[in-house]
Amino acid sequence: MNRILHPGLWVALGLPALVGAWPLLTGSPANRELVFTILLSVTLASSLNILLGYTGYVNFGHIVFFGLGGYIGFYLMSAHSASLYLAMAAGGLGAGLLGLLLGRAILRLRGAYFALATIGVNEAARAFVNNFKPFGGPIGMSLNFQVFSEYGGATDALWLVYRLMLLLTLSVILVSFAVKTSRFGLGLRAIRENEDAAEVMGVVAPSAKSWAYTLSAIFPGIAGVLFFFKNGNVEPIDAFRLHTSIEVIVMVMLGGAGTVFGPILGAGVYQRLRGLLLVSPVFKNIQLAVAGALLLVIILFVPAGVVGWLRHRFPFLRRVLE
Amino acid sequence: MIETILASLIDGVLLGFVYGLAAMGLALIFGVMNVINLAHGPTIALGMFVSYFAFTSLGLSPYLALIPAGVFGLLLGMVIYGVAVHRVINAPHLSTLLATFAVNMILIGIGTAVLTTTPRNIDFRLGSFVAGPATILWNRLAAATATIVVAGLLYLFLQRTRPGKHIRAVTDNRAAAELMGIPSSRVLALTFGIGSMLAAVAGAVIATLFPFNVLSGGGYELKSFLIAVLGSLGNPFGALLGGLVLGALEGVLPGVVPTTWVPVFEFVLFVLILLWRPTGLLGGRQ
Amino acid sequence: MILQTKAVSKRFGGLMALSQVTLDLPEGEILGLIGPNGAGKTTLFNVINGVFPPEAGRVIFLGRDVTGRRPYHLAGMGLSRTHQIVQPLTELTVRENVMVGACYGRERLGLGPARRRADETLDFVGLGARRDQLAGSLNVAEKKRLELARALAAGPRLLLLDEVLAGLNATEIAALVQTVAEIRRRGVTIIMIEHVMHAVMNVSDRIIVLDYGEQIAEGSPEEVSKDPRVIEAYLGDPNLAARLAGSAG
Repeated sequence: MNRILHPGLWVALGLPALVGAWPLLTGSPANRELVFTILLSVTLASSLNILLGYTGYVNFGHIVFFGLGGYIGFYLMSAHSASLYLAMAAGGLGAGLLGLLLGRAILRLRGAYFALATIGVNEAARAFVNNFKPFGGPIGMSLNFQVFSEYGGATDALWLVYRLMLLLTLSVILVSFAVKTSRFGLGLRAIRENEDAAEVMGVVAPSAKSWAYTLSAIFPGIAGVLFFFKNGNVEPIDAFRLHTSIEVIVMVMLGGAGTVFGPILGAGVYQRLRGLLLVSPVFKNIQLAVAGALLLVIILFVPAGVVGWLRHRFPFLRRVLE
Repeated sequence: MIETILASLIDGVLLGFVYGLAAMGLALIFGVMNVINLAHGPTIALGMFVSYFAFTSLGLSPYLALIPAGVFGLLLGMVIYGVAVHRVINAPHLSTLLATFAVNMILIGIGTAVLTTTPRNIDFRLGSFVAGPATILWNRLAAATATIVVAGLLYLFLQRTRPGKHIRAVTDNRAAAELMGIPSSRVLALTFGIGSMLAAVAGAVIATLFPFNVLSGGGYELKSFLIAVLGSLGNPFGALLGGLVLGALEGVLPGVVPTTWVPVFEFVLFVLILLWRPTGLLGGRQ
Repeated sequence: MILQTKAVSKRFGGLMALSQVTLDLPEGEILGLIGPNGAGKTTLFNVINGVFPPEAGRVIFLGRDVTGRRPYHLAGMGLSRTHQIVQPLTELTVRENVMVGACYGRERLGLGPARRRADETLDFVGLGARRDQLAGSLNVAEKKRLELARALAAGPRLLLLDEVLAGLNATEIAALVQTVAEIRRRGVTIIMIEHVMHAVMNVSDRIIVLDYGEQIAEGSPEEVSKDPRVIEAYLGDPNLAARLAGSAG
C-alpha cells in the first residue's frame, strides 16, 4: 500500500495534528475553544469537499447533516441517557441514512436544480424540527448538567469532546485522501468533469453520487453531536443555519475544491480571518460583506483556490499538496 | 365554513400576485441566461428601502415610488452583471451560483451595517372594503393591480420592442443571435438589469403591505425559488401563475394545518416539484 | 451476431429521427454507417449505447436485450464509443482520462493495472508523450485520439466510432485508418460513422446508408456507391456523389 507513503497525506494530516496538539500541550481552555472551532470547520469543509470538490455537486444545505445528526444524538443523551459514544454513532448513522435516502431522490437533479433542492431540504428540516415536539420544538432541548458528571465533570468532559473532535477531523482527512486516490474517487472526478461522458465510459453515476453524498453526511452528523453536547443545548436556529453552510462552501473554494489539503487550509484561513474581523471595530459589522467579497474574488480570478492554483503553477508541489 | 375558506383564498391570491411579481425577475434571468440569481433577496430588500426613503424623505406616494425603485433595480442589476456575472457566464454552473451568492453576502453585509436590522414601515394605509364574505384591503388590491401592470409592461417590452426581441433571440440561441449581430453581452446585462428591476419593484410593492428590514428579502427569495419552480423556472409569466398558486395555498393551508407547519409543507412541496417536474407547471427552459 | 437492432424507431417531438432501423452485425466486422447530415447516424449510436431509449424496436447486444439500458450498463458489457463532438474530462490528465475507461469498462481494472493499460493504449494511439498533461490542453486532433484511447482501454468487444476522422489531414487519416484496421485485427468489432468517404469505403466490410432516419441501402462498399438511391440522397453535394462513384471504381 504505497499510498500510505504519499507525502501529500502526511502534510494534510500533519498540519491539523500539530495545530490540534497545541491546546493539549498548553492545557489552556482558551486555546482549546479556538482550535475546536477550527477543527469543526475543517471537518465540515473536508466532508463537503467529497461532494462539492470531487463530484462537482453544489450542496448549499450541507449543514442539515450537522443539525440532524446533532439533534438525534442529543435527543438520545437527554431523553434516554445514552452515552456520548452511542450518541455519536447514532448521529453519524442517522445523518448517513438521511443522505442515502435523500440522495437517491435529489441527486437525479443537475447543477442549479440540485443546489436549490439542498436549500429546500435544509429549510424543510429546520421547519420540521421546529414543530417536532420530541425534539423540543422551537425551544430545542437542554442537557441536565448531571450528564457531564458521567464524564468526570464539566472540565474533563470538554477536554474529552475536544480530543474526540480532533480524532474525527483526522479521520475525515484520511477518508478524503483515501477517496481521492481510489478508483471510486476517479469515477467521482469523471462525473464532475462530464457526467454523461462518465456514464458512457461505464461509471455508474447514480450510485457513485449517492455514496459520495452519504459519506459526506456522516462526519458532520458526528460533529453535530459533539458540538451540541459541548454546548449543553440545541435549538433549530443554531442547528440548521444556512449561513454556516455557505461559509463552509467559501472555505472549500478558498482553499481549493477537489484537493485534500485545500479545505483544511481554507477552513483555517477563513476562521482566522473571521476571528480578526470580529475583533476589529471597523470590520465587525461587515464581516459577511468581506467574506462575500473574498468569495467573489476567488470565483472570478482563482477558481481553483489557493492549493489548486499552487498545484497548477508549481507542478513539483503536486506530490506534497494533494 | 366555505365563506372563511373563500375569504382566505381571496386574501391569499391577492398576496400571491405580489409573490409572483417577486419571482418574475428570478425566472426571467434564468430563462434567458441559465443563471440563478442568488442576489435576488437583497435586491428585493433594497427595493423596499428605496420606496421607504422616497416616501419618508420626499413624501412620494409609495405607488409612485415604484418608479425610482425600478430604476435603482435596473442599474443595480446591470452593475452586478458587469462585476460578478459577466466573467463567469460561460463557466460551469457552480461559478455563477457562487458569484451571485457572493454578491448577496456583500449586499447583506453592507446593508446590515448601514441600514441596521431595525424594522421599517411605510404607513400608507388605504383602508378596506367588504365584498361578500371577504374584507379586502385596498393596499392588497393596489399591490395586485401594480403587479398586473408591471407584468403587462414586461410582456409588451419583450414582444414589441427591439431590445425585447433581442432578449428573446438570445434566450433561444445565444450563438445564433450573436451571428446575427445582436450584442449578446449587452443583452444579458440588460436582462439581468430588468430581472433585478422586477425584484426591486416587488420589494417596493411589498413595502406598502408589511413592515420590513434589510433581511426581509431572504424569505421572499426562498419563496421565489419555490414559485419559479412551480410555475416554470424559465418563464416569468409562469412565475406569476406560480405566485398565485402559492398565495392560494398559503391562504388555505392554515385552516387545515397548524400555521407553523406551513413552511414544512412549502419546502417539501418545493423538493417534490423539483423532482417531479423541474420545468414547472407551464414548462420552460430545462 | 454481436449486435442486432430490430426495427428501432426514435422520435423527437414531431421529428422521426430513426425509422425501423434493422441491422445484424457479425463479430469481427467493420461496418460503415454513412448518410447525409441529420440522417440519424449519431442518434442510432445513442440508442444502441443507451443514452436514450427508442420509441419502438429492440437492441440486442451479445445475445441480451439491452433496449433502454443505461450507458454504464453497456460499457460494463463491453461496448465503447467515441463522440462526434469530443468530450474530454478537461481537468484530469490524459492518463487519468484513459484510466477511467480502463477502470469502468468491461474489465473493471484496479488502479495499478488501469494505469499500465492506460500507458499502453496511449502509446498505441500515439499520445504517449502527453500522458501527464491536462486533457483540456490538447488540440482537437489529439482530443479525438484521446477519445479513442479511452474507448479502447475499456477492452471492448464492440467499438462505436463517431466521425473519428473528421478534421484530420490526409496523413492523419491514413494513420488512423491503419489504427482502426489494427484494432479489428485484435478482435474488436467496429461500427464507423464517417463522412470521409474514401476512408470508410476502403476499410469497411459492409456499409449501411441512412437518410432521414431510414435505411435506404445496405451492402458492400461497391454495391452501395452504385446504388441510385444513395447517390440521390447525396445529390445536394455533387462532389460527394462524384467521389462515391470514383472511389469504388
